[in-house]
Amino acid sequence: MSVEQPTHFAFDAESEAQISKVLARYPEAKKASAAIPLLYVVQRQMGRTTGSAWVPNVAMDEIAKRLGVAPIRVYEVATFYFMFNMKPIGKHHLQLCGTTPCMLRGSDDVMRACHDAAHVKVGQTSSDGLFTLTEVECLGACVNAPVLQVDDDYYEDLDYDRTVALIEALKRGERPKPGSTIGRQTSAPEGGPLTLLDVAGE
Amino acid sequence: MALADKDRIFTNLYGMQDWRLAAAQRRGNWDGTKGILEKGRDWIIEEMKSSGLRGRGGAGFPTGMKWSFMPKQASERPHYLVVNADESEPGTCKDRDIIRHDPQTLIEGCLIAGFAMGAHAGYIYIRGEYYNESVVLEAAIQEAYDAGLIGKNACGSGWDFDLYVHRGAGAYICGEETALIESLEGKKGMPRLKPPFPAAVGLYGCPTTVNNVETIAVVPTILRRGAAWFAGFGRPKNSGTKVFCIQGHVNKPCNVEEEMSIPMRELIERHAGGVRGGWDNLLCVIPGGSSTPLLPKHICDDVLMDFDALREHKSGLGTAGVIVMDKSTDIVRAIARLSRFYKHESCGQCTPCREGMGWVSRMMDRMVEGRADVEEIDVLEEVTRRIEGHTICALADGGVWPVQGLIRHFRPVMEARIAEYKAKHARPSMPMAAE
Repeated sequence: MSVEQPTHFAFDAESEAQISKVLARYPEAKKASAAIPLLYVVQRQMGRTTGSAWVPNVAMDEIAKRLGVAPIRVYEVATFYFMFNMKPIGKHHLQLCGTTPCMLRGSDDVMRACHDAAHVKVGQTSSDGLFTLTEVECLGACVNAPVLQVDDDYYEDLDYDRTVALIEALKRGERPKPGSTIGRQTSAPEGGPLTLLDVAGE
Repeated sequence: MALADKDRIFTNLYGMQDWRLAAAQRRGNWDGTKGILEKGRDWIIEEMKSSGLRGRGGAGFPTGMKWSFMPKQASERPHYLVVNADESEPGTCKDRDIIRHDPQTLIEGCLIAGFAMGAHAGYIYIRGEYYNESVVLEAAIQEAYDAGLIGKNACGSGWDFDLYVHRGAGAYICGEETALIESLEGKKGMPRLKPPFPAAVGLYGCPTTVNNVETIAVVPTILRRGAAWFAGFGRPKNSGTKVFCIQGHVNKPCNVEEEMSIPMRELIERHAGGVRGGWDNLLCVIPGGSSTPLLPKHICDDVLMDFDALREHKSGLGTAGVIVMDKSTDIVRAIARLSRFYKHESCGQCTPCREGMGWVSRMMDRMVEGRADVEEIDVLEEVTRRIEGHTICALADGGVWPVQGLIRHFRPVMEARIAEYKAKHARPSMPMAAE
């Protein structure tokens, strides 16, 4: 599928500040290590400036120049890892975990809720440009399954109704508090911790 | 005999308290770290060996021994500590809690481990999806720098130690230590052939040790309280405490730090509110993250949660992600979904894995429907044996073990599914004349 590619990309001031921080982490001769971090910088800048967080080809060329590597080295990294969007996406990226731990807790219902409320199918962007839906592999929040990642945030302990409510809130421009949607204390059992009731500290 | 709160290492596992440095220090983090470092590298490694700590990332390799593989003499090549926070094994979400709620346990552990292996720099490789967690971790590291706990002359010990966070970008394979190193170098996460092992040739070609988050984060407490204290929990060779992730068809899924070798049933019933519908409603449990073969109920009744007990039943402790399935589960579909996971995550480097994971996944999808012949179960089993052990890394092994476990324990379910499909799709027989 062909994607309309921009012909120009330049890092903005915010990105430049991030890049200097990133490059300080690696030995000067090993700055190729910054490939993934710089791809993130690009994707965030695109999100910030165009409303769609993705990585165009010209930006990868720009990264290659910065890191002193051939452009193909950046392309192959960008396409190997799942979190870089190689084409424009919607305003919100709905990433639903469908791996067994979430499946056992009802991720099928959450998927249905995404279809019904966001009007989008897996791999597509809704016609209003608000949502892109991706089925992802295990997000690593399994004791709070099922989990839906919206952009950077995890929404946990979901069911059909709470997913619909979440998506409706996003449509209204609201940003519900991330984490458990049933008021659980993070990964503690529902109803409150049974351990760690007697610890030093605060 | 449940573990007492006073013996828990991760006292802020649930984030009931603040994660910031001041609160962490009130919980006992960074207490006497300089004194620990002053006891020297050899003492630390010996103490880690006698604590019996085995790596918490899945393989269970003895930590003290791993550290001792690092070269003793310094050369021009710097040494590196790399912390594996790529936590991507389905069923595993323990490191996330350590990072977001108890980050100073990890940072202090990094300093001590780095010192013990002669490393002046450490990288924490955190999975890309844990964005908010990485923000907390970076802030916690900055606090440690500002307080002089790491950086130049860390804790006043005379040892310089820098610590950096590096985010991955959504590839399960990067949890394999050499793939992680490749990824950290800015390449595709494809595992390297071993030998050479990372302790000889690792990050940037330099001596490197890769340890899991939980492994590193328990180090300071072990050294403060003594190897004997840690070794006092669990059965011999299975020492210590462990964070378990109990999930699936239980009444109250949760993470909990418990003693190693706790009976599985006690773990589930004491901490996770028991199996949905009662213990007798249990079908099976995947005891240690998706790669470990499932165990049917009759084994779960009395099996202990440690490396050796689970291994005796041809499964493993893995990452201690306990995935519980009750009798309502379509067990063939549950395992087929794992096959899809491994197909998705194969890096494509080795043919048996690249082709095999896809083949197994397609075959499992047919098994879910029952659109197969009974003999094909044997073909499937045979192919998994040919994949296992024939690849550079263990991803393919972990990908076929769940299928082998399914066939070993639930073959009758698969056969029934096939029979049902055949019955439904049988050619209509000649219509009988009305009598």
